[in-house]
Amino acid sequence: MTDLHLWLIPLVPLAGFLVNGLLGRKFPRALVTTVALIAALVPFIQVVSIAAKFGSLTLPHVETIGTWIRAGAFHADFSFQLDQLTLVMLCVVTGVGFIIHIYSAGYMAEEEGYWRFFAYMNLFLFFMLTLVLAENFLVMFIGWEGVGLASYLLIGFYYTKDSAARAGKKAFVVNRIGDFGFLLAMFLLIAHFGTVSFSEVFTQIAAHPAWQGGFLTAIALFLVLGATGKSAQIPLYVWLPDAMEGPTPVSALIHAATMVTAGVYMIARTHVIFDRSPYALAVVAIIGTATAFFAATIGIAQTDIKRVLAYSTISQLGYMFLACGVAAYTAGIFHLVTHAFFKALLFLAAGSVIHALSGEQDMRVMGGLRKKIPVTFWTMTAAVFAISGAPPLAGFVSKDEILYQAFITPGPGKILWAFGLLTAGLTSFYMFRLWYMTFFGESRAVEKDLEEHGAAVHARRDTKLTLEAEHHAHPVHESPGLMIWPLIILAILSVIGGWMGWPEGLGGGNWFAHWLSPVFAASSSTSPAGSNQLEFLLACVSTLVAAAGWFAAHLMYYKDPAIPERAAGKIRSVYSLVKNKYWVDEIYGAVVVAPVFFIARYLLNVLIDRGVIDGGTYAAGATAQGFGALVARIQSGNIRSYAGWLALFAALLLAASHFGWTAHFWVH
Amino acid sequence: MVPIAYYLVLSGILFSIGVAAFLIKRNIITVFMSIELMLNAVNLTFVAFSRYWSQAQYRLNPTNYLQVNGQIFVFFVMVVAAAEAAVGLAIIIAIFRARNTLNVDQIDLMKL
Repeated sequence: MTDLHLWLIPLVPLAGFLVNGLLGRKFPRALVTTVALIAALVPFIQVVSIAAKFGSLTLPHVETIGTWIRAGAFHADFSFQLDQLTLVMLCVVTGVGFIIHIYSAGYMAEEEGYWRFFAYMNLFLFFMLTLVLAENFLVMFIGWEGVGLASYLLIGFYYTKDSAARAGKKAFVVNRIGDFGFLLAMFLLIAHFGTVSFSEVFTQIAAHPAWQGGFLTAIALFLVLGATGKSAQIPLYVWLPDAMEGPTPVSALIHAATMVTAGVYMIARTHVIFDRSPYALAVVAIIGTATAFFAATIGIAQTDIKRVLAYSTISQLGYMFLACGVAAYTAGIFHLVTHAFFKALLFLAAGSVIHALSGEQDMRVMGGLRKKIPVTFWTMTAAVFAISGAPPLAGFVSKDEILYQAFITPGPGKILWAFGLLTAGLTSFYMFRLWYMTFFGESRAVEKDLEEHGAAVHARRDTKLTLEAEHHAHPVHESPGLMIWPLIILAILSVIGGWMGWPEGLGGGNWFAHWLSPVFAASSSTSPAGSNQLEFLLACVSTLVAAAGWFAAHLMYYKDPAIPERAAGKIRSVYSLVKNKYWVDEIYGAVVVAPVFFIARYLLNVLIDRGVIDGGTYAAGATAQGFGALVARIQSGNIRSYAGWLALFAALLLAASHFGWTAHFWVH
Repeated sequence: MVPIAYYLVLSGILFSIGVAAFLIKRNIITVFMSIELMLNAVNLTFVAFSRYWSQAQYRLNPTNYLQVNGQIFVFFVMVVAAAEAAVGLAIIIAIFRARNTLNVDQIDLMKL
């Protein structure tokens, strides 16, 4: 078997992290950049070289470095696995990751803590690649936890800013809830299968066709809990919008293209378990559909450009969950790939807009940027059309594949499809709203900037670190080449990226699905048959819906910008409900966070910690002290009193022994 | 032969006198002498028991060796007592020079 040195793929970014993390503070910026970019480029080159000789490999290709844990019959190894699914993820992570690294070199050029940023980025790549390459649940869990850590570090990159520090904490804590599910799933796996290796678990399941539901449902549901945390799905999606406090390249890499798709990848990877549990699959589908629709409605009313994109990400991840839930894993992975292209592009372009406006993120004070930053405009246009589902761009192909797969699923598939279609319309609407508000009309920067947002921007300048907002004030300008070229590459990918999976219904070969099918061989037999005509029809319908969304946005934000105000005034309660994100944060705050704080503060802190533990130790100390003070009086310094005590107790001992009270001292 | 009890009673009386003198007397020299008295009361017990034990063994079997453990102990006690007397008297002289008194109640330095 050929040795591909898979372990090198994650280890090179780790080396980059160690070099920059330990020594970067003293390095000049050019050296930091070089180290970080090489550490991101080498894995990409390796992945490409592996892809080149992929056909000659026997799949799945497993490489074990050594044993990690051995306890009785149970053992967990440091082993990596390569198959089609892994290769897809590797290409996305290293490819998009490297592009975003280049972009970051331009975007972060003037920031304090430049070395820290790149060290964390490389650390993220290490953990993400570990997660993707893992051959067992335990190694996957290393990556799973590690990307959470890197995410936390990068969200809180501007750690002197209170909101950023709190957003990082929120992301970490919410992710921990999901990780808890993952852990429980792993324990159940060990209990039932005695192994954590993917291949061994799947082999055992395949050998027992009678296993349906039951403990497999339990395992699958715990895995879903983990996935909802990492992939920002209901009920654990709340951390992702706040994660936008991090620098924009971080949002693009971690919170759009790679880390948040880990949940989808995990479900696809463990699909053998899910295939045996219709309930778990239904849960995945319902969560995905609900999240997609719910997040899209919130996205409509957001005014922060990055937050719109954050809700859009949640919504698109919902699509991927929906695809997994109807056992159309290839469609989910396909959407994962195309989404990585266009959502990374959207974030990077948004970053370019923010860069051009000296740190402004509020769309209400943008406008008219089309002519001023043309490259950003055109690349973003490609991304907007792609995500909205305009044929023949990437988003159209992958989204329609999901909707088609949902539609042909028996049972509630039509309902899922209907909500998915509605979400597609909403997606189109809020993306074009963003597009119009940012690039068209008159610039609204002057009057509003001074009123409300300017104060916030200026307030942030007091903090010690250089914040994103603190680029020295300058006229609106196009971004440097380091930022432009990644945009262009991603724009090209957003346009043509979907062609590799062009559906059969539209005259294509759906090469991507066929190529990926060996991984999902077990579940392909269950997928119901559709027809090419139906697929074509559905594609037309969703294209029309997307066009309707565009038309509505065009009407409301281009033709007559007064409409949104009037519409919001008419349905004030609904508008404020959506605008305030359904008060989910507040509800969680009241239902979950407040009781936890209450328990922590009063029950655990006041009662247990200060009452029982502190009180107990203080009482023990006081008792010892009091008793000591009492008996210390014996030590008078008067020798004759000492002798008296000695004589007295010697006499007592004698008397006691005389009456036999000391008999038990004798050892027989 | 004098019964063992006689020796023990005498030893007890001597020891009690020593204890009483130790507790009652204030002069440090007298206290010191009472310690010697107690030690010698114990010595008397040692030799008495040693003798008693040897005779009992001999009666059991004439080939048994003479048991002299107690008498050896007495020598140890005497050696220690002599050393103690040398050190103790030196300390007493030092105390007298420093504090100009031999009253133990006035030498209560070792207290909290």
